[in-house]
Amino acid sequence: MKETEIQDELASIRNLMERSSKFISLSGLSGILAGVYALIGAAVAYVLLNSSFDYADNTSGYAVVSLSMVTSLIAVAAIVLIASIVTGIILSVRKAKRKGQSVWSRTSRELLFHMAVPLISGGLLILIFIARGYYGVVAPATLIFYGLSLVAAGNFTFSGIKSLGLCEIILGLTAALFPGYGLYFWALGFGVLHIIYGSVMYLKYDK
Amino acid sequence: MKIPFDKLDKAFENRLRLQIMSVLVANQRYDFNSLKELLDITDGNLASHLKGLEKEEYILVNKSFLGRKPNTNYEATAKGKKAFADHLDALEQLIKSTKS
Repeated sequence: MKETEIQDELASIRNLMERSSKFISLSGLSGILAGVYALIGAAVAYVLLNSSFDYADNTSGYAVVSLSMVTSLIAVAAIVLIASIVTGIILSVRKAKRKGQSVWSRTSRELLFHMAVPLISGGLLILIFIARGYYGVVAPATLIFYGLSLVAAGNFTFSGIKSLGLCEIILGLTAALFPGYGLYFWALGFGVLHIIYGSVMYLKYDK
Repeated sequence: MKIPFDKLDKAFENRLRLQIMSVLVANQRYDFNSLKELLDITDGNLASHLKGLEKEEYILVNKSFLGRKPNTNYEATAKGKKAFADHLDALEQLIKSTKS
């Protein structure tokens, strides 16, 4: 065996270990777009809230909002979420095709499962809290559970996603300390952080 | 300096076997179809190499059913993991010895 042959062998092993355990078709661009959608959603929510009372001047802490307002805010959040997921799927499929990898593989299934556990449990918990009128927990809880799902996802895709998850968790905890400013933390966590992370990923892996 | 070829594991002489082993070391378990897709080889080829590794007691086979479809999972044994690590060490040694 020659030296170059051994180097080849080692490189192929490293590549296989990586490919067999990590889903690497996540697109950085979808992170940027998800961030943009979130910022638009936050702006819409801000306008909605402003039409009933001045959110920015709200120093009382917890917001007092009507039921119809809650429904429209949930609708805005749901549209942002669905648009982000659809964009993420389309761009990942495109990237996987370009790289000749399959999207629906063992690693992507593992990735989805481990993300779904914290997301679904958190989502249900938040819906229960909303139904009981605890609107204050929504912003911190969405950020924290989303962060947890990203940390879990980090084991099955680029490890950079773990850092994003940790930032979301820290932001969520901070949001819990500052009730009444949920929307700003929300815009920061789902908007700005996604755009920063997406740009870093795009420059690092997609170019 | 003596080149330590003899430390290389005979069971990993075939490249595919080494590749299969690396997947099983990196993951807790892997199923037959995912392995086939990942390595892009035929059923028969994969099955024969898996048999070889199984005979060395480097991997464990778990057969089960997903609904009606048979689902065969493989995992690396402690012995297999050690053999894999030793083999990599030996390759590393080889590179070092050819450089010096």
